[in-house]
Amino acid sequence: MIIEIGHFALVLALVLALAQATLPLIGAQRGIRAWMALAKPAALGQFAFLLIAYGALIHAFVVADFSVLVVYQHAHSQTPLIYKIAAAWGQHEGSLLLWVLILSFFGALVAFFGDNLPPRLKARALAVQAMIGSAFILFALFTSNPFARLSPAPLEGQELNPLLQDPGLAFHPPMLYIGYVGFSMAFSFAVAALIEGKIDAAWARWVRPWTLLSWVCLTGGIALGARWAYYELGWGGWWFWDPVENASFMPWLMGTALLHSAIVVEKRDALKAWTLLLAILTFGFSLLGTFLVRSGVITSVHAFAQDPARGLFILGILALALGGSLTLFAWRAPTLKAGGLFAPVSREGALMLNNLLLATATATVLLGTLYPLALDILGGGSVSVGTPYYTATFVPLAMPLIALAGIGPLLGWKRGDLKGALHRLWLAGGFAIAAMGVALWIDFGKQALAAAGIGLGAWMLAATFTEWAERIRLFRIGLGASLRRAVHLPRAAYGMSLAHAGLAVAIIGITASSAWKSEEVRQMKPNDSLTIGSFSYVLQGVTPARGENYIAERAHFKVMKDGAFYTDLYPERRQYMVQPMPTTEAAIESHLIGDLYAVVGEGDGKGAWTVRIYEEPLVPWIWSGCLLMVLGGIVSLSDRRYRVGAPSRSHVAQALPAAGE
Amino acid sequence: MKRKTLRLYLVLISLGLLGTATALVLNAFDRELVFFFSPSEIAAEQPAPGRIIRLGGLVETGSVTKLGDGATFSFRITDLKASTSIAYRGVLPDLFREGQGVVVQGTFNESGNFVASEVLAKHDENYLPPEVAKALKASGRWQEGAGTAASPAIVPGASSDTGGEGNSP
Repeated sequence: MIIEIGHFALVLALVLALAQATLPLIGAQRGIRAWMALAKPAALGQFAFLLIAYGALIHAFVVADFSVLVVYQHAHSQTPLIYKIAAAWGQHEGSLLLWVLILSFFGALVAFFGDNLPPRLKARALAVQAMIGSAFILFALFTSNPFARLSPAPLEGQELNPLLQDPGLAFHPPMLYIGYVGFSMAFSFAVAALIEGKIDAAWARWVRPWTLLSWVCLTGGIALGARWAYYELGWGGWWFWDPVENASFMPWLMGTALLHSAIVVEKRDALKAWTLLLAILTFGFSLLGTFLVRSGVITSVHAFAQDPARGLFILGILALALGGSLTLFAWRAPTLKAGGLFAPVSREGALMLNNLLLATATATVLLGTLYPLALDILGGGSVSVGTPYYTATFVPLAMPLIALAGIGPLLGWKRGDLKGALHRLWLAGGFAIAAMGVALWIDFGKQALAAAGIGLGAWMLAATFTEWAERIRLFRIGLGASLRRAVHLPRAAYGMSLAHAGLAVAIIGITASSAWKSEEVRQMKPNDSLTIGSFSYVLQGVTPARGENYIAERAHFKVMKDGAFYTDLYPERRQYMVQPMPTTEAAIESHLIGDLYAVVGEGDGKGAWTVRIYEEPLVPWIWSGCLLMVLGGIVSLSDRRYRVGAPSRSHVAQALPAAGE
Repeated sequence: MKRKTLRLYLVLISLGLLGTATALVLNAFDRELVFFFSPSEIAAEQPAPGRIIRLGGLVETGSVTKLGDGATFSFRITDLKASTSIAYRGVLPDLFREGQGVVVQGTFNESGNFVASEVLAKHDENYLPPEVAKALKASGRWQEGAGTAASPAIVPGASSDTGGEGNSP
């Protein structure tokens, strides 16, 4: 019964979405106030019905109702509760419903908090959002209905793939989805602005919180996914340049560009057409990612069941959304009023260059992701594009970007003083060179690229600090006065400093972990010892262990450092009861400058086990860096200017004569 | 600064970046692409030593052995027409077992032996990597209708009753 209510709620949400996609749009065109006002209750209602639908699905998983097809396929009565709930988005149908739910969540947020928006813009943006919503609800209902029943109902279900029974599943997909589905809001605002034929500083201010919120969640989601892949053996480490990883990375790169260019629109009323294009393309990349993951054209742990009909449907949505919005862009963009002028060396210029570099870097990732597909379709044979390709293309484009990120914030708007900025950065430059020297010294200059990466990370970190110190005039005025300035800096400034520092820390971690990782594989008997780096591992023994729905062999390593006890590690090899599939659980111990990482393989039946020990330098820096970026985003989000629902300033309202209905 | 001058700068920078990116991509495609081979293709013509390639097929039943050091595995990959022997030092992935589809990445050494640096078998047990499915089709041993629920149906003698991968000597 509850399942039918869920199914019915999904259909009702579709009806509301269709109404929301059409009536407010016509109302805005013809000036019918009541029709425009319809967008708000429709958006809220759509979200409420989808919430009911999702609740019904989760309920079915929790009570293990095997008469529901997806529950039968992905749950077992013995699955722990958290994985029963997480299984609701651990498969195609349920995760698509989550996709739609988040889409309507953003619509509802704008409807609820957007009372300060000009009514026309709000009506149009919500209508566009509902168009995307309708398309995806239709997709769910026709090709991937999560509420399909199974008759007769089996007594027991199949289990969720053991590899997915991990806390990662509980947090990584929802976070990631909020991120890349959230860019739909920027897209809807961009299309609405194109229909209006008008974009200004106020527009940028309204769009920014939604973009920032999406970016924060996407950053967090990608980091959580990377961490999951890092401790799951056989997924290629924290980053494998797998097509699916790229599918989430490309919207991140474009979203980052969008965040930066929107600043220029807001502060200087320039780069307006470009910003609209970025908003459209960012969500375009989100849709492309959805297509890549759900159509079965690529294969990875993320790829859901393969069904050509689904692929075609999403391709259709992608073509309509991108084709429609880009046509609209080509038609309307030339009519946009030209923005403010600036010298090439200026904050605007630096942000423009940042955007161009990000866009070019995204293009190389896109090529690397799609090339094997294209070659395969054209009959050119199977190839794979791996890390070496991205090291040779993406990295050289990202390096000047990092160098620029150190200088840009110190340039003035409109006309910057490059010499002055560089002069203020001499200390940061010295710090970077010193860091590079240390990196070269570590392996006697064998890895020049790694040294450059460390140097750039240090440069960005030091330059970010310098910029903050400049702002509060540290050591130029009294400490007390500096402190007062520090307290009164806008939160957006702190947001930028934190996010930039986070990226710098992450880059140092990424570089070190890629360059200086070491591993040792050996067969060990109890009391054998293995030394790697400054740690030695003594195998104490391997004992059977038992979990809620699996049995395991658990190894015990005593880790010694300089002859003294350091820590215990317990890697496991699990055998799940329902699906005959072993999984390997690594044991990881983090410390400031790296991770200890131990894996136990199979035993030879004569008392010896294959073990694999890694020394992973600076990996915790990657996670801390991402955390700082997320924190920076949140701090910036809390800035008064962007606070969701903050009343617009009076001069903003005056700048928008069209808002008066 | 005039609008025209600004636009000119923009166009020049964009072109410069695009040119750089194109050069980087072409260069990388030239050197860094990893091609996929099936054992039959290897038998026909062995790729140059040192070149990183991928090789895929089914793990030949009864071919998995562990060498003396306890951490190096040797096995054969077959497309049921030809087979290639592989040496791999490391922990085999959870889903690696005989009769199962697998893709390995590595190089041929000077003496003509394939040394794998990575063994990729990261999918669920019913899954056959598409390259492997293709290679099997090409060798004429693919049975339509076996679908993606792969190995037992198409590998005579390979059964799934080995109970995990603990069947190496």
